[in-house]
Amino acid sequence: MLKLYDYELSVNCYKQRLLLGILDVPYEVIPVDFFPGWEHKSEAFAAINPLGHIPVIDDDGYVLRDAHAILVYLASRYDPSGRWYPTSDPQLLGEVAQWLLFAEGTTNTASAARLHDNLGYDFDIEAVRTGAHRLFRVLDEHLWFAERQQRPWVCAASHPTIADLALFPDVVLSEEGGISRIDYPALRRWTDRVKRIPGFSPMPGIFPATPASTG
Amino acid sequence: MSLTEVSAVCTDRVILDRWHPISALAETTPVPQRTQLLGAAIAHRRVGDPEPEVWLVDDAETPDAGPPLPVLVRYGYVWTSLGDPIDLFEIPEFDEPDRRRLNAGSIHVATSAPRAVENFLDLGHFPYVHTGLLGAEPHTEVTEYDVDIVDGEIWATRCQFFQPQAAQNASGGQMTQYTYRVPHPYCVLLYKSCAIDPTRRDTIGLFLQATSPETCRAHNFLCMVDEESTDTQLRRFQQLIFGQDKPILENQQPKRLPLDPRVETPIRADKSAITYRRWLTELGVRYAVVPAD
Ligand SMILES: [Fe+2]
Repeated sequence: MLKLYDYELSVNCYKQRLLLGILDVPYEVIPVDFFPGWEHKSEAFAAINPLGHIPVIDDDGYVLRDAHAILVYLASRYDPSGRWYPTSDPQLLGEVAQWLLFAEGTTNTASAARLHDNLGYDFDIEAVRTGAHRLFRVLDEHLWFAERQQRPWVCAASHPTIADLALFPDVVLSEEGGISRIDYPALRRWTDRVKRIPGFSPMPGIFPATPASTG
Repeated sequence: MSLTEVSAVCTDRVILDRWHPISALAETTPVPQRTQLLGAAIAHRRVGDPEPEVWLVDDAETPDAGPPLPVLVRYGYVWTSLGDPIDLFEIPEFDEPDRRRLNAGSIHVATSAPRAVENFLDLGHFPYVHTGLLGAEPHTEVTEYDVDIVDGEIWATRCQFFQPQAAQNASGGQMTQYTYRVPHPYCVLLYKSCAIDPTRRDTIGLFLQATSPETCRAHNFLCMVDEESTDTQLRRFQQLIFGQDKPILENQQPKRLPLDPRVETPIRADKSAITYRRWLTELGVRYAVVPAD
């Protein structure tokens, strides 16, 4: 069975769980003691990923690292509709690649801010928050104009792609890194649409689409 | 601007004269690490084995030196004090040889330490916040339980709740028996029926490091009877639960816990919460709370 080296509170691991849930692919979680155990930096884990980070998948002996590369593989391998990673449409595929690279930027800014605020990682917090706001402004404008053209998703298609899943967690959890989304109305509407994708699963810190009582 | 400049430094004697957790012992390093306690910048490092050093960073130019602070190593954590600390509470089961003793993660939370204690005491949120794990609808009823002050500590006993997956090693739903204990204004423990041995109880603690009046660092402490689960699995389960609580905690306003019983509706504040607030008032705690007077 497909194995996912996973840490519950990692957004990059969550992206994989999210896609696998949507595609209804069974998989086995191999928990990694990312915090406070730093297992991903251990010698044993270096045999799985010499770069010392997660997620990593092992699909029957095929080992792949890096969150966005794994999304590309999983969608290509397990989505018979060919929509999540649309290889048959060159322009759409180009857009997906563009926004996956953009998502590397939110990893380095919004995710970094969250690691700083939650776990005490040593980042220049003002610099990463400023960087995240710059990217959120670009994405919010892009989505606002897309909505005007009746396009609800990040890429120019009638359906979501892995670009939406790659960007969603850093955006929806940004407040945990002190990055307010109050000035990004199109981002807020888009995160609600992502939450309504059939098969959607949350992670700690993500609330369901319909406003829920906190009990 | 540094954190110290924006946060009020504590002048509350009741809180100053206590031990406070600042790091898991396992996470200390020979390289100094800075942190904050009660609005003051402090730092710690491991020197010998296992004795760490803790000091007050009173000069930003020389963060690696400063007036030494008292040090206590207990329960796998480093504790210090900005005053003249009274004895730390006892956890007798910590010394039982077959226990799993684990630092399950220290996580910053944008709320006051007492808010985190009060949430930990609340059974009613289980089905809504920890759905499918510590609770599930329609099993939302909190049955009658007892709250007493025993030897200066709060004890809530006879608590029980239906739980779909009470622990990492639980298989299937069960009625789980709980006892809660608040032995310190910013520390709370729970004892819950053990999934594999009904005669014993797992101990789970939340030790709060009040970094400022409105922020804290939650040290998740485990002392379990479980031979099967790996450290990684135990930590993962605890962090999943705490990760679900965190956004709820951070959305509560005001961030300091109001002690005046008229300030928040009594429906939310159940019996143990009411007792906790009254107990803080009687102790004279003023830091990280909105005092009743
Ligand atoms: Fe909770």
